[in-house]
Amino acid sequence: MAHEHKLEIFRGLVKFKSNIQKIWGVLIFLTIVTAVEVGLGITKPEFLTKNYFLGMKLLNWIFIILTLVKAYYIAWDFMHLRDEKSALRRAIVWTPIFLVCYLIFILLFEADYIYNVFKEGFLAWNF
Amino acid sequence: MDTTVTTGTEDSVWGGGNRPLNASYGKMMMWFFIVSDALTFSGFLVSYGFSRFKFIETWPIADEVFTHVPFFHGNFPMYYVAFMTFILIMSSVTMVLAVDAGHKMLQKKVIFYMFLTIIGGAIFVGSQAWEWATFIKGDYGALETKGGRILQFVNAETGERAALRDFSTELPEDRIKHEKNAGIWYQADGYTTSFSLNEVIEGFKASPNILIRTETINEEGEKTLLTRQESLAKLKNATQVVEGANLIHNEYGSRLFADFFFFITGFHGFHVFSGVLINIIIFFNVILGTYEKRGHYEMVEKVGLYWHFVDLVWVFVFTFFYLV
Repeated sequence: MAHEHKLEIFRGLVKFKSNIQKIWGVLIFLTIVTAVEVGLGITKPEFLTKNYFLGMKLLNWIFIILTLVKAYYIAWDFMHLRDEKSALRRAIVWTPIFLVCYLIFILLFEADYIYNVFKEGFLAWNF
Repeated sequence: MDTTVTTGTEDSVWGGGNRPLNASYGKMMMWFFIVSDALTFSGFLVSYGFSRFKFIETWPIADEVFTHVPFFHGNFPMYYVAFMTFILIMSSVTMVLAVDAGHKMLQKKVIFYMFLTIIGGAIFVGSQAWEWATFIKGDYGALETKGGRILQFVNAETGERAALRDFSTELPEDRIKHEKNAGIWYQADGYTTSFSLNEVIEGFKASPNILIRTETINEEGEKTLLTRQESLAKLKNATQVVEGANLIHNEYGSRLFADFFFFITGFHGFHVFSGVLINIIIFFNVILGTYEKRGHYEMVEKVGLYWHFVDLVWVFVFTFFYLV
Protein backbone atom coordinates (compact mmCIF):
# COMPACT_ATOMS: atom_id res chain seq x y z
CA MET A 1 0.00 0.00 0.00
CA ALA A 2 1.62 3.15 -1.13
CA HIS A 3 0.54 5.90 1.17
CA GLU A 4 1.18 9.48 0.35
CA HIS A 5 1.54 11.69 3.37
CA LYS A 6 1.30 15.41 3.24
CA LEU A 7 4.00 16.59 5.56
CA GLU A 8 3.16 20.25 5.95
CA ILE A 9 1.29 21.77 8.86
CA PHE A 10 0.34 25.39 9.61
CA ARG A 11 -0.41 25.88 5.88
CA GLY A 12 3.10 24.99 4.85
CA LEU A 13 4.85 27.02 7.52
CA VAL A 14 6.36 23.90 9.05
CA LYS A 15 7.38 21.03 6.81
CA PHE A 16 8.51 17.74 8.26
CA LYS A 17 10.94 15.31 6.75
CA SER A 18 8.99 12.15 7.55
CA ASN A 19 5.57 11.13 8.77
CA ILE A 20 6.99 10.08 12.14
CA GLN A 21 8.53 13.50 12.66
CA LYS A 22 5.24 15.12 11.80
CA ILE A 23 3.47 13.00 14.44
CA TRP A 24 5.88 14.15 17.14
CA GLY A 25 5.61 17.72 15.95
CA VAL A 26 1.82 17.60 16.23
CA LEU A 27 2.12 16.04 19.69
CA ILE A 28 4.30 18.90 20.88
CA PHE A 29 1.84 21.41 19.49
CA LEU A 30 -1.15 19.70 21.14
CA THR A 31 0.71 19.51 24.45
CA ILE A 32 1.48 23.21 24.34
CA VAL A 33 -2.15 24.04 23.59
CA THR A 34 -3.36 21.85 26.48
CA ALA A 35 -0.80 23.44 28.82
CA VAL A 36 -2.02 26.90 27.83
CA GLU A 37 -5.61 25.85 28.47
CA VAL A 38 -4.86 24.44 31.89
CA GLY A 39 -2.69 27.44 32.78
CA LEU A 40 -5.47 29.85 31.86
CA GLY A 41 -8.01 27.68 33.68
CA ILE A 42 -6.00 27.85 36.90
CA THR A 43 -4.91 31.49 36.83
CA LYS A 44 -8.10 32.90 35.28
CA PRO A 45 -6.71 36.30 34.29
CA GLU A 46 -9.16 39.03 35.25
CA PHE A 47 -8.90 40.68 31.86
CA LEU A 48 -10.32 37.54 30.27
CA THR A 49 -13.04 36.81 32.81
CA LYS A 50 -14.38 40.38 33.03
CA ASN A 51 -14.73 41.03 29.33
CA TYR A 52 -17.47 39.52 27.28
CA PHE A 53 -17.88 38.89 23.59
CA LEU A 54 -21.33 37.91 22.30
CA GLY A 55 -22.48 37.20 25.86
CA MET A 56 -19.65 34.83 26.69
CA LYS A 57 -16.46 35.45 28.65
CA LEU A 58 -13.34 35.94 26.55
CA LEU A 59 -11.72 33.11 28.51
CA ASN A 60 -14.41 30.67 27.42
CA TRP A 61 -14.04 31.81 23.82
CA ILE A 62 -10.34 31.06 24.05
CA PHE A 63 -11.05 27.61 25.49
CA ILE A 64 -13.52 26.76 22.74
CA ILE A 65 -11.29 28.04 19.95
CA LEU A 66 -8.28 26.15 21.30
CA THR A 67 -10.43 23.02 21.54
CA LEU A 68 -11.40 23.33 17.91
CA VAL A 69 -7.75 23.84 17.00
CA LYS A 70 -6.83 20.66 18.87
CA ALA A 71 -9.71 18.77 17.26
CA TYR A 72 -8.51 19.95 13.84
CA TYR A 73 -5.01 18.59 14.34
CA ILE A 74 -6.21 15.31 15.83
CA ALA A 75 -8.55 14.75 12.89
CA TRP A 76 -6.20 16.02 10.21
CA ASP A 77 -2.95 14.41 11.31
CA PHE A 78 -3.79 11.54 13.67
CA MET A 79 -6.85 10.39 11.76
CA HIS A 80 -5.00 11.39 8.57
CA LEU A 81 -7.90 13.28 7.07
CA ARG A 82 -5.23 15.47 5.50
CA ASP A 83 -4.33 12.58 3.22
CA GLU A 84 -7.90 11.69 2.26
CA LYS A 85 -9.74 12.94 -0.78
CA SER A 86 -11.31 16.31 -0.17
CA ALA A 87 -14.83 15.01 -0.92
CA LEU A 88 -14.56 12.41 1.84
CA ARG A 89 -13.09 14.97 4.20
CA ARG A 90 -15.87 17.44 3.58
CA ALA A 91 -18.58 14.81 3.98
CA ILE A 92 -17.10 13.76 7.32
CA VAL A 93 -16.47 17.23 8.69
CA TRP A 94 -19.30 19.44 7.51
CA THR A 95 -22.19 17.05 8.18
CA PRO A 96 -21.69 16.95 11.97
CA ILE A 97 -20.67 20.61 12.12
CA PHE A 98 -23.92 21.66 10.47
CA LEU A 99 -26.08 19.42 12.66
CA VAL A 100 -24.27 20.31 15.88
CA CYS A 101 -24.48 24.05 15.21
CA TYR A 102 -28.22 23.69 14.68
CA LEU A 103 -28.58 21.64 17.87
CA ILE A 104 -26.56 24.15 19.90
CA PHE A 105 -28.63 26.99 18.54
CA ILE A 106 -32.05 25.54 19.38
CA LEU A 107 -31.16 24.03 22.75
CA LEU A 108 -29.23 26.96 24.18
CA PHE A 109 -31.91 29.44 23.13
CA GLU A 110 -34.56 27.28 24.75
CA ALA A 111 -32.46 26.97 27.90
CA ASP A 112 -32.06 30.72 28.10
CA TYR A 113 -35.81 31.10 27.79
CA ILE A 114 -36.36 28.64 30.65
CA TYR A 115 -33.77 30.50 32.70
CA ASN A 116 -35.81 33.68 32.26
CA VAL A 117 -39.03 31.90 33.19
CA PHE A 118 -37.36 30.61 36.37
CA LYS A 119 -36.03 34.06 37.12
CA GLU A 120 -38.99 36.25 36.31
CA GLY A 121 -41.95 33.93 36.27
CA PHE A 122 -43.89 33.39 39.48
CA LEU A 123 -42.05 30.24 40.27
CA ALA A 124 -39.99 29.41 43.33
CA TRP A 125 -37.22 26.89 42.89
CA ASN A 126 -34.27 28.28 44.80
CA PHE A 127 -35.24 27.89 48.44
CA MET B 1 -33.41 -6.45 -24.21
CA ASP B 2 -30.02 -7.87 -24.32
CA THR B 3 -28.24 -8.89 -21.22
CA THR B 4 -24.61 -8.12 -21.32
CA VAL B 5 -22.40 -10.52 -19.51
CA THR B 6 -18.97 -9.28 -18.73
CA THR B 7 -16.34 -11.67 -17.64
CA GLY B 8 -13.81 -9.19 -16.35
CA THR B 9 -15.11 -7.21 -13.40
CA GLU B 10 -12.28 -4.71 -13.45
CA ASP B 11 -13.98 -2.44 -15.94
CA SER B 12 -17.44 -2.71 -14.45
CA VAL B 13 -18.64 -0.10 -11.98
CA TRP B 14 -20.95 -2.54 -10.20
CA GLY B 15 -18.59 -5.47 -10.24
CA GLY B 16 -17.36 -4.87 -6.71
CA GLY B 17 -13.94 -4.02 -5.45
CA ASN B 18 -14.50 -0.33 -6.01
CA ARG B 19 -13.01 2.20 -3.64
CA PRO B 20 -15.16 5.30 -3.84
CA LEU B 21 -13.38 8.37 -2.49
CA ASN B 22 -10.27 6.26 -2.40
CA ALA B 23 -11.30 4.68 0.90
CA SER B 24 -11.82 0.97 1.38
CA TYR B 25 -15.16 -0.39 2.53
CA GLY B 26 -14.02 -1.00 6.09
CA LYS B 27 -12.52 2.43 6.51
CA MET B 28 -15.62 4.07 5.08
CA MET B 29 -17.83 2.18 7.52
CA MET B 30 -15.57 3.21 10.40
CA TRP B 31 -16.03 6.82 9.35
CA PHE B 32 -19.81 6.32 9.19
CA PHE B 33 -19.74 4.99 12.72
CA ILE B 34 -17.50 7.80 13.94
CA VAL B 35 -19.72 10.50 12.49
CA SER B 36 -22.85 9.01 14.04
CA ASP B 37 -21.10 8.49 17.37
CA ALA B 38 -19.85 12.06 17.26
CA LEU B 39 -23.46 13.17 16.96
CA THR B 40 -24.41 11.07 19.99
CA PHE B 41 -21.71 12.72 22.05
CA SER B 42 -22.75 16.12 20.76
CA GLY B 43 -26.26 15.36 21.93
CA PHE B 44 -24.93 14.65 25.40
CA LEU B 45 -22.72 17.69 25.54
CA VAL B 46 -25.35 20.03 24.17
CA SER B 47 -27.92 18.78 26.67
CA TYR B 48 -25.31 19.48 29.35
CA GLY B 49 -25.16 23.00 27.93
CA PHE B 50 -28.95 23.15 28.01
CA SER B 51 -29.10 22.32 31.71
CA ARG B 52 -26.25 24.62 32.46
CA PHE B 53 -27.80 27.59 30.68
CA LYS B 54 -31.05 26.86 32.47
CA PHE B 55 -29.29 27.17 35.84
CA ILE B 56 -26.47 29.44 34.72
CA GLU B 57 -26.40 31.35 38.01
CA THR B 58 -26.22 28.34 40.29
CA TRP B 59 -24.17 25.82 38.34
CA PRO B 60 -21.24 24.25 40.24
CA ILE B 61 -17.75 25.55 39.42
CA ALA B 62 -15.71 22.64 38.08
CA ASP B 63 -12.46 24.02 39.54
CA GLU B 64 -13.89 23.59 43.01
CA VAL B 65 -15.21 20.10 42.36
CA PHE B 66 -12.23 18.34 40.80
CA THR B 67 -9.37 19.34 43.05
CA HIS B 68 -7.77 16.03 43.92
CA VAL B 69 -4.63 14.28 42.78
CA PRO B 70 -3.95 10.71 43.90
CA PHE B 71 -1.43 10.36 46.76
CA PHE B 72 -1.40 14.11 47.41
CA HIS B 73 -3.41 16.22 49.78
CA GLY B 74 -4.35 19.74 49.00
CA ASN B 75 -6.12 21.82 46.43
CA PHE B 76 -4.97 21.05 42.88
CA PRO B 77 -7.68 22.07 40.46
CA MET B 78 -7.42 20.58 36.96
CA TYR B 79 -3.96 19.06 37.32
CA TYR B 80 -5.10 15.47 37.28
CA VAL B 81 -7.53 15.94 34.40
CA ALA B 82 -4.77 17.65 32.43
CA PHE B 83 -2.58 14.63 33.11
CA MET B 84 -5.35 12.32 31.88
CA THR B 85 -5.72 14.40 28.73
CA PHE B 86 -2.02 14.16 28.11
CA ILE B 87 -2.03 10.38 28.61
CA LEU B 88 -4.82 10.01 26.07
CA ILE B 89 -3.11 12.25 23.50
CA MET B 90 0.10 10.32 24.10
CA SER B 91 -1.63 6.99 23.48
CA SER B 92 -3.05 8.50 20.31
CA VAL B 93 0.49 9.26 19.21
CA THR B 94 1.68 5.71 19.80
CA MET B 95 -1.36 4.56 17.81
CA VAL B 96 -0.37 6.73 14.83
CA LEU B 97 3.14 5.37 15.12
CA ALA B 98 1.71 1.82 15.03
CA VAL B 99 -0.30 2.69 11.91
CA ASP B 100 2.78 4.21 10.34
CA ALA B 101 4.85 1.10 11.15
CA GLY B 102 2.02 -0.98 9.66
CA HIS B 103 2.26 0.86 6.37
CA LYS B 104 5.92 -0.11 6.27
CA MET B 105 5.07 -3.74 7.22
CA LEU B 106 7.22 -3.65 10.36
CA GLN B 107 5.50 -6.23 12.55
CA LYS B 108 7.77 -5.84 15.58
CA LYS B 109 7.25 -2.09 15.72
CA VAL B 110 3.48 -2.41 15.35
CA ILE B 111 3.45 -4.82 18.30
CA PHE B 112 5.50 -2.44 20.44
CA TYR B 113 3.42 0.65 19.68
CA MET B 114 0.10 -1.20 20.05
CA PHE B 115 1.29 -2.36 23.44
CA LEU B 116 2.07 1.21 24.52
CA THR B 117 -1.33 2.33 23.27
CA ILE B 118 -3.10 -0.31 25.33
CA ILE B 119 -1.13 0.70 28.43
CA GLY B 120 -2.06 4.36 27.89
CA GLY B 121 -5.72 3.46 27.52
CA ALA B 122 -5.62 1.36 30.68
CA ILE B 123 -4.05 4.23 32.65
CA PHE B 124 -6.75 6.55 31.42
CA VAL B 125 -9.61 4.20 32.35
CA GLY B 126 -8.02 3.64 35.76
CA SER B 127 -7.70 7.39 36.33
CA GLN B 128 -11.31 7.87 35.41
CA ALA B 129 -12.37 5.15 37.84
CA TRP B 130 -10.39 6.91 40.55
CA GLU B 131 -12.01 10.20 39.68
CA TRP B 132 -15.46 8.68 39.88
CA ALA B 133 -14.65 7.15 43.25
CA THR B 134 -13.43 10.51 44.58
CA PHE B 135 -16.48 12.29 43.22
CA ILE B 136 -18.89 9.75 44.70
CA LYS B 137 -17.17 9.73 48.08
CA GLY B 138 -17.34 13.49 48.39
CA ASP B 139 -15.25 16.00 50.14
CA TYR B 140 -16.69 18.44 52.63
CA GLY B 141 -20.30 17.40 52.89
CA ALA B 142 -23.26 19.75 52.65
CA LEU B 143 -26.89 20.24 53.57
CA GLU B 144 -29.78 19.94 51.20
CA THR B 145 -32.77 22.24 51.53
CA LYS B 146 -36.46 21.68 50.97
CA GLY B 147 -36.09 22.99 47.44
CA GLY B 148 -33.30 20.53 46.70
CA ARG B 149 -30.63 23.24 46.81
CA ILE B 150 -27.24 22.72 48.43
CA LEU B 151 -25.81 24.68 51.38
CA GLN B 152 -22.06 24.44 51.81
CA PHE B 153 -19.95 25.71 54.70
CA VAL B 154 -17.04 28.10 54.83
CA ASN B 155 -14.72 29.01 57.67
CA ALA B 156 -15.04 32.79 57.98
CA GLU B 157 -11.55 33.23 59.41
CA THR B 158 -9.58 31.41 56.74
CA GLY B 159 -12.04 31.72 53.87
CA GLU B 160 -11.56 28.01 53.20
CA ARG B 161 -14.31 25.47 52.83
CA ALA B 162 -15.30 23.82 56.09
CA ALA B 163 -16.10 20.13 56.22
CA LEU B 164 -19.00 18.86 58.29
CA ARG B 165 -16.60 17.00 60.56
CA ASP B 166 -14.85 20.31 61.41
CA PHE B 167 -17.74 21.76 63.33
CA SER B 168 -20.51 19.22 63.84
CA THR B 169 -21.13 18.13 67.41
CA GLU B 170 -21.75 14.57 68.43
CA LEU B 171 -25.17 14.32 70.01
CA PRO B 172 -26.28 11.51 72.25
CA GLU B 173 -28.93 10.30 69.86
CA ASP B 174 -29.70 7.02 68.22
CA ARG B 175 -29.60 7.17 64.49
CA ILE B 176 -31.57 4.47 62.79
CA LYS B 177 -31.31 3.93 59.12
CA HIS B 178 -34.78 4.44 57.74
CA GLU B 179 -35.80 1.35 55.85
CA LYS B 180 -38.78 0.68 53.68
CA ASN B 181 -40.40 -1.77 56.05
CA ALA B 182 -40.53 0.80 58.86
CA GLY B 183 -42.67 3.88 58.38
CA ILE B 184 -43.51 5.19 54.97
CA TRP B 185 -42.91 2.39 52.51
CA TYR B 186 -41.69 4.46 49.60
CA GLN B 187 -39.04 6.33 51.57
CA ALA B 188 -35.73 4.88 52.59
CA ASP B 189 -32.29 6.17 53.43
CA GLY B 190 -29.81 5.28 50.74
CA TYR B 191 -26.89 5.56 53.07
CA THR B 192 -26.26 6.87 56.55
CA THR B 193 -24.25 10.05 56.60
CA SER B 194 -21.53 10.49 59.20
CA PHE B 195 -23.53 13.21 60.96
CA SER B 196 -27.24 13.68 61.43
CA LEU B 197 -28.97 16.90 60.44
CA ASN B 198 -29.40 17.79 64.12
CA GLU B 199 -25.72 17.34 64.81
CA VAL B 200 -24.78 19.62 61.93
CA ILE B 201 -27.30 22.28 62.98
CA GLU B 202 -26.22 22.20 66.62
CA GLY B 203 -22.58 22.33 65.62
CA PHE B 204 -23.26 25.26 63.33
CA LYS B 205 -25.03 27.20 66.06
CA ALA B 206 -22.13 26.53 68.44
CA SER B 207 -19.38 27.70 66.07
CA PRO B 208 -19.74 31.39 65.16
CA ASN B 209 -16.90 31.32 62.63
CA ILE B 210 -18.76 29.09 60.18
CA LEU B 211 -20.81 30.65 57.38
CA ILE B 212 -23.08 29.20 54.73
CA ARG B 213 -22.26 29.38 51.05
CA THR B 214 -25.16 29.10 48.61
CA GLU B 215 -25.15 27.86 45.05
CA THR B 216 -25.69 31.31 43.56
CA ILE B 217 -22.70 32.71 41.68
CA ASN B 218 -22.03 36.41 42.30
CA GLU B 219 -20.55 39.09 40.05
CA GLU B 220 -16.98 37.96 40.73
CA GLY B 221 -17.81 34.48 39.51
CA GLU B 222 -17.69 33.05 43.02
CA LYS B 223 -20.33 31.38 45.11
CA THR B 224 -22.28 33.77 47.36
CA LEU B 225 -21.34 33.78 51.04
CA LEU B 226 -24.13 34.55 53.50
CA THR B 227 -23.66 36.56 56.68
CA ARG B 228 -23.99 34.81 60.01
CA GLN B 229 -27.56 36.13 60.41
CA GLU B 230 -28.61 35.01 56.94
CA SER B 231 -26.87 31.68 57.47
CA LEU B 232 -28.85 30.94 60.61
CA ALA B 233 -32.08 31.83 58.81
CA LYS B 234 -31.14 29.69 55.81
CA LEU B 235 -30.32 26.75 58.05
CA LYS B 236 -34.00 26.36 58.87
CA ASN B 237 -34.68 25.22 55.31
CA ALA B 238 -32.27 22.32 55.52
CA THR B 239 -33.87 18.90 55.36
CA GLN B 240 -30.95 16.48 55.14
CA VAL B 241 -27.22 15.94 55.14
CA VAL B 242 -25.53 15.10 51.84
CA GLU B 243 -22.08 13.58 51.53
CA GLY B 244 -20.67 12.87 48.12
CA ALA B 245 -22.69 12.57 44.98
CA ASN B 246 -25.01 10.16 43.25
CA LEU B 247 -27.79 10.50 40.72
CA ILE B 248 -30.22 11.92 43.29
CA HIS B 249 -28.14 13.99 45.69
CA ASN B 250 -25.01 15.95 45.03
CA GLU B 251 -23.01 17.85 47.63
CA TYR B 252 -21.24 19.92 44.98
CA GLY B 253 -24.40 21.73 43.89
CA SER B 254 -26.96 21.12 41.18
CA ARG B 255 -27.78 17.43 40.97
CA LEU B 256 -27.93 17.69 37.19
CA PHE B 257 -24.19 18.37 37.31
CA ALA B 258 -23.57 14.97 38.89
CA ASP B 259 -25.99 13.28 36.48
CA PHE B 260 -24.21 14.69 33.47
CA PHE B 261 -20.83 13.93 34.98
CA PHE B 262 -21.78 10.28 35.34
CA PHE B 263 -23.41 10.04 31.92
CA ILE B 264 -20.89 11.91 29.81
CA THR B 265 -17.63 10.74 31.38
CA GLY B 266 -19.19 7.31 31.84
CA PHE B 267 -20.17 7.06 28.20
CA HIS B 268 -16.73 8.24 27.19
CA GLY B 269 -15.04 5.88 29.65
CA PHE B 270 -17.07 3.04 28.17
CA HIS B 271 -15.76 4.00 24.74
CA VAL B 272 -12.19 4.00 26.03
CA PHE B 273 -12.77 0.64 27.69
CA SER B 274 -14.13 -0.96 24.54
CA GLY B 275 -11.35 0.73 22.58
CA VAL B 276 -8.80 -0.96 24.83
CA LEU B 277 -10.52 -4.33 24.30
CA ILE B 278 -10.54 -3.88 20.51
CA ASN B 279 -6.90 -2.82 20.64
CA ILE B 280 -6.04 -5.96 22.59
CA ILE B 281 -7.74 -8.16 20.00
CA ILE B 282 -5.87 -6.46 17.17
CA PHE B 283 -2.67 -6.58 19.21
CA PHE B 284 -2.88 -10.37 19.41
CA ASN B 285 -3.76 -10.59 15.72
CA VAL B 286 -0.61 -8.64 14.95
CA ILE B 287 1.45 -10.99 17.14
CA LEU B 288 -0.07 -14.00 15.40
CA GLY B 289 0.92 -12.51 12.07
CA THR B 290 -2.61 -12.25 10.68
CA TYR B 291 -1.93 -8.98 8.90
CA GLU B 292 1.49 -10.10 7.77
CA LYS B 293 -0.27 -12.94 5.91
CA ARG B 294 -3.00 -10.62 4.67
CA GLY B 295 -0.36 -8.37 3.21
CA HIS B 296 -1.51 -5.12 4.77
CA TYR B 297 -2.20 -3.60 8.18
CA GLU B 298 -5.40 -1.77 7.35
CA MET B 299 -7.12 -3.25 10.40
CA VAL B 300 -4.66 -1.39 12.63
CA GLU B 301 -5.55 1.76 10.76
CA LYS B 302 -9.26 1.20 11.37
CA VAL B 303 -8.99 0.63 15.11
CA GLY B 304 -6.61 3.58 15.08
CA LEU B 305 -9.38 5.76 13.70
CA TYR B 306 -11.67 4.67 16.52
CA TRP B 307 -8.97 5.28 19.10
CA HIS B 308 -8.27 8.79 17.84
CA PHE B 309 -11.97 9.49 17.86
CA VAL B 310 -12.09 8.61 21.57
CA ASP B 311 -9.26 11.09 22.09
CA LEU B 312 -11.08 13.69 20.02
CA VAL B 313 -14.21 13.36 22.13
CA TRP B 314 -12.19 13.71 25.31
CA VAL B 315 -10.80 17.01 24.08
CA PHE B 316 -14.37 18.32 23.94
CA VAL B 317 -15.46 16.74 27.22
CA PHE B 318 -12.39 18.26 28.88
CA THR B 319 -13.27 21.72 27.62
CA PHE B 320 -16.98 21.73 28.27
CA PHE B 321 -16.96 19.84 31.54
CA TYR B 322 -13.77 20.97 33.24
CA LEU B 323 -12.63 24.25 31.69
CA VAL B 324 -15.54 26.39 30.54
